[in-house]
Amino acid sequence: MSRIWKLGDNVNTDVIIPGRYNVTTDRAQLAKHCLCEVLPAFAQEVQPGDVIMAGHNFGCGSSREHAPAAILGCKVRVVIARSFARIFYRNAVNIGLPVLVCEEAVLASSDGDQVEVDLERGQISNLTTGQTFQSEPLDPFVARIVQAGGILEYIRLEGTLR
Amino acid sequence: MGTLTEEIFSYKLGRPVKAGETVVVEVDHVMSHDTTTPLAIEAFRKLADLTGGKVFDRQRSHLIFDHIIPAATIQAASLHRQTRNFAREQGLEILQQGICHQVMPEMGFVTPGSIIIGADSHSCSYGAFGAFGTGMGSTDIGVAYATGRAWFRVPTTINVHLTGRLQPGVFAKDVTLEMVRRVGVDGANYRAIEFTGELVENFSISERFTFCNMAIEMGGKAGLVAADEKTREWLRGRTDKEYPMLKARDPHYEKVFEIDASNLPPLVACPPDVNNVVPVTEVESIKVDQVFLGTCTNGRLDDLAVAASILKGRRIHPETRMVVIPASREVQLEALRRGYIETFIEAGASVGTPGCGPCIGRHFGVLAPGERALTTMNRNFTGRMGDPTAEIYLGSPATVAASALTGHITDPREYL
Repeated sequence: MSRIWKLGDNVNTDVIIPGRYNVTTDRAQLAKHCLCEVLPAFAQEVQPGDVIMAGHNFGCGSSREHAPAAILGCKVRVVIARSFARIFYRNAVNIGLPVLVCEEAVLASSDGDQVEVDLERGQISNLTTGQTFQSEPLDPFVARIVQAGGILEYIRLEGTLR
Repeated sequence: MGTLTEEIFSYKLGRPVKAGETVVVEVDHVMSHDTTTPLAIEAFRKLADLTGGKVFDRQRSHLIFDHIIPAATIQAASLHRQTRNFAREQGLEILQQGICHQVMPEMGFVTPGSIIIGADSHSCSYGAFGAFGTGMGSTDIGVAYATGRAWFRVPTTINVHLTGRLQPGVFAKDVTLEMVRRVGVDGANYRAIEFTGELVENFSISERFTFCNMAIEMGGKAGLVAADEKTREWLRGRTDKEYPMLKARDPHYEKVFEIDASNLPPLVACPPDVNNVVPVTEVESIKVDQVFLGTCTNGRLDDLAVAASILKGRRIHPETRMVVIPASREVQLEALRRGYIETFIEAGASVGTPGCGPCIGRHFGVLAPGERALTTMNRNFTGRMGDPTAEIYLGSPATVAASALTGHITDPREYL
């Protein structure tokens, strides 16, 4: 069981990890300031396994990989959004942060709800409301990277990028 | 046959490629800057046993320092040092003469038909030269330094067709803000944007750069203008490389936005989203503590020229600070020769070292709580220039210069 942290549309990388804190590659350091502009309590109170749910265009803005890295540093299990900005989505997949697109789950869930997510099947169960949702299937190439655990692991399996 | 993006990928792969295909491509150039390189190095190192630990091609791998240069903190200096050590080990030169997106074309690395990836979201700027440029994260870039390759899902394309003639006081930046207002902040997500029409053809390379640069503010994966004689002229003396003059051929556009810019007034994007765009006349009462002229969007010679023409012989408002940062040393030197820098200094502005400056809120003009800035930047996000309660407005270099004189957001048409 894990808690849902609910966010709105267009959560940009500047609020996920502001430029003034984006001066390290250390995930634990980045995690201390994760989402501080929009959810000041988040970095303190988030528990390993918690889930972020967001509206449209999550992660828009800069290409900083520090944004998904900060979320991984918080030990968030998965980010579920109505849609993701392209670079953030790609970065998350590359570094092994699970991301799911599921319009209905986001619309029908509230901040603080309890949730269970089956990443293999893309199934999202809101335990507070009792509803279950199916996320959108992954692009086949992306699915292979996710399965490997990230782009570096994928390349290692394949021997090269192809 | 297809969009300019499909033509570029087809040229590259030597077979017809259509939007929606996932392809692995050998890229022409790879770039990262001082903030994104350290993570790219970590990814690169993890593949060392497979790739031999050397960058795929030293002539096509580019490390550029621009985000915090010269270093403002010990932390930044330490990351620079880490990257300098990597550069030495790999036999790479660190370029530190300006903003990465300005330096890449100035060095002749950006040519029509090429595919360029950068660990910076504004890598879409290279589309101004008919190249497919796109931003990626550090891991993708580290992989590319190691293998020379990247994977792409070839995007569908949105066409923005621009017609009309601009009124005096209205510039490429105003047209760009109008596009963002119309397309929205994610209207082009996962898509390329191709800019066409008589206005685009009449625009200079620098003006094309301004709207290709902000394609990402509409979610765009790339923003492209087909290369023409102006492109050739700009590149003359910068590269000996032969390049194809690719064009869209019978393209299928997912959506077309027609914009007649003839009656467009000067515009301003209000915080905290770039599509929050209004005519300058609606926000003229807003007092500004700081104005900033510069960035990869508007730090080029023509931007400095129009601002200098407004500031010449005048003093900026005593309660407003002005920061000017040329996009590169090349721009800075030419601005110096033409007297623009002297004009800025005499007007009371602080002129900084070429680079990103306060655009990422780490040095050279950070904002205090509750302060307001009007800038020529591409983003007005919460906290981007310093304190999260500070507010950022975006406008053209002319609007920024006029506002510096009055201390509040000002219609530049009164000062031309």
